[in-house]
Amino acid sequence: MNLRDESFSSPAILIRPISGWVALNLRDLWEYRELLYFLVWRDLKVRYKQTVLGVAWVVIQPVFITLVFSVFFGRLVGVPSDGIPYPVFAFCGLLPWQLFAYAVTNASNSLVANDRLITKVYFPRLVIPLSAVLSGLVDFIFAFAVLLAMMAYYGIFPTLALWTLPGFLLMAMASAVGVGLWLSAFNVEYRDVRYTLPFITQLWFFISPVAYPTSLVPEKWRFLYGLNPMTGVVEGFRWALLGTSQSPGAWLGVSVVVTIALLIGGLYYFRRMEKNFADVV
Amino acid sequence: MSDVAVRAENLSKLYRIGERDRYFTLRDTIMKFVRRPLARFSDNGNGVSSSGLAESTIWALKDVSFEVKRGEVVGIIGRNGAGKSTLLKILSRITQPTEGEARIYGRVGSLLEVGSGFHPELTGRENIYLNGAILGMKKAEIDRKFDEIVAFAEVEKFIDTPIKHFSSGMYMRLAFAVAAHLEPEILFVDEVLAVGDVAFQRRCLGRMGDLAHEGRTVLFVSHNMTPIVQLCTHVIWLNTGKVVEKGDPRKVSSDYLRDSRVPLGEAVFDPSVGSRGATLLRGYVADEDLSVRPDIPYSKPFCIVFEYGVEGSINGLRVGVRLYNERNQAVLHTATSDGSSTNGTVGQAGKHRARVKIPGAWLAPGRYHAEVGLWSPLVGHHVHVMNALSFDIIAGTVESVGEEVLRPLLPWIVE
Repeated sequence: MNLRDESFSSPAILIRPISGWVALNLRDLWEYRELLYFLVWRDLKVRYKQTVLGVAWVVIQPVFITLVFSVFFGRLVGVPSDGIPYPVFAFCGLLPWQLFAYAVTNASNSLVANDRLITKVYFPRLVIPLSAVLSGLVDFIFAFAVLLAMMAYYGIFPTLALWTLPGFLLMAMASAVGVGLWLSAFNVEYRDVRYTLPFITQLWFFISPVAYPTSLVPEKWRFLYGLNPMTGVVEGFRWALLGTSQSPGAWLGVSVVVTIALLIGGLYYFRRMEKNFADVV
Repeated sequence: MSDVAVRAENLSKLYRIGERDRYFTLRDTIMKFVRRPLARFSDNGNGVSSSGLAESTIWALKDVSFEVKRGEVVGIIGRNGAGKSTLLKILSRITQPTEGEARIYGRVGSLLEVGSGFHPELTGRENIYLNGAILGMKKAEIDRKFDEIVAFAEVEKFIDTPIKHFSSGMYMRLAFAVAAHLEPEILFVDEVLAVGDVAFQRRCLGRMGDLAHEGRTVLFVSHNMTPIVQLCTHVIWLNTGKVVEKGDPRKVSSDYLRDSRVPLGEAVFDPSVGSRGATLLRGYVADEDLSVRPDIPYSKPFCIVFEYGVEGSINGLRVGVRLYNERNQAVLHTATSDGSSTNGTVGQAGKHRARVKIPGAWLAPGRYHAEVGLWSPLVGHHVHVMNALSFDIIAGTVESVGEEVLRPLLPWIVE
């Protein structure tokens, strides 16, 4: 009898109605880390199937955007670029921006896109938007290699500030996860999200210092400007990689606080809405 | 107490009607919010605020309680919409109950569909890993069972081919093979075995039997009574979200089949169904040897039989049958009056058995239901039953995408 009990030693699962706010239960997420890995892997395997240029798309897009920006903003309008050649300046800003925009878009649509899984299989739902964000990282790595080549061409070498880069990368991911969690949970119930996303990312692009430097923004508005976490991320990238003269100001602190708030709020909101996903999606 | 695997107490699930089908747009919510003050105002006027709720909601499951002991194989039966899948979804933690609670003692594996997360662009090998991870297997576990899974699915040659090039049979075999190698202590299986050919179904059932012999606890949903009787130690019969009967498989399944609300394969009609001298007694679907069965292999001819009684004699009586498919399309209509040879006997006094033979390799695989009518020129309908019977045509040698009405086996010549 004892022997038998041991072989069935798994703890009991209690199923009952739960309402309101719930604990994050990140341990459950850890249990399913292999699923997270496989979902990212699936996304990467499938993404560029049946395309001619394949993974080259990852590089083509930012390169062409940078080209257009360099001609119109850099040459014709004469946007300042903190003393750095404009193409490198723009490309370096585009890197984290594209990572963020891709991750937010992908994560927001992820629950709806995986509705079959949600209605048929149990697993921590957080795995889905997380995998959507993580799969963008690989694109980032390819584009990053192009940036390094560009820097070498223009003879720009990173300063000691380079060691802060992983922090800014983490911040980009964290804010993408935060926003992605809110929007994906919202998207399950309100499909309006799908149609507003391109609009949101476009607006967000213009309020982030990608095509222009933060130094263009009047001093008194910097605090407000810092409320956009991508301000901190993009300027942080330039500071860490290109060694722009001034280090990020107090608005970086604002960006960090906003990122953390978005992430934690997103996690709790997602967990709260999670129980209804299978019924509504 | 340690021998309990699953205990459910008063599990209930309330759905808003249409919740499964539609989603809300932001506009709806805003409109609701805008209207709310007005609605409250008008409710105060006539005091019927609660009736609105009752009308737009439905209990998919209501006060379902049961206990499953370790090593038991429990079948869940009931017609469509009885709450079977909802019950499995709650036990699998996919959706949460509105009321009640359940406790599960042991590692759970649930199989509500086969091939969850399969991606057509990925190869067989890649999909095994992906699907395995989705079902909760660890990578090391999949590595260990990989060869076994491939052998079970019989897809060795195509294991590195994208599965979009697989035939539907290969796809199903691969999908089930992964699931069959899940080794949970408690397994929930929805009606996933209703697909695939007969040989494949037999193998799936065999595998479930093996699991049961290994002492695992299995809960499974089926429309087909044969495996229920063969495999189960207990059966739970659900109807409109409530437990109708539970216990001995033979007794519960025969009660279920006899119940006229659930005429799968066979139906016994209440004698009051009928008027002016004609009554419908019994109807069933049978194979060529006239033994009753609810599932007909695609390639085999089968019979639809209705037994009816006539008092006195009725001039020009005819028996008509119309078949509908799952999409409620009328597929065919046939009547005794079509052939003149039967006209003499149809309306004579006494008990009759009207039998029509439907050719094999003709109707597309899927579920059908039959409408039956006894009609005469003077009276019109003596008997008219819309959902008199239902039965399944099971895909065998052919593949069917499920869109077509007919799937005839026609001679092809290629020169």
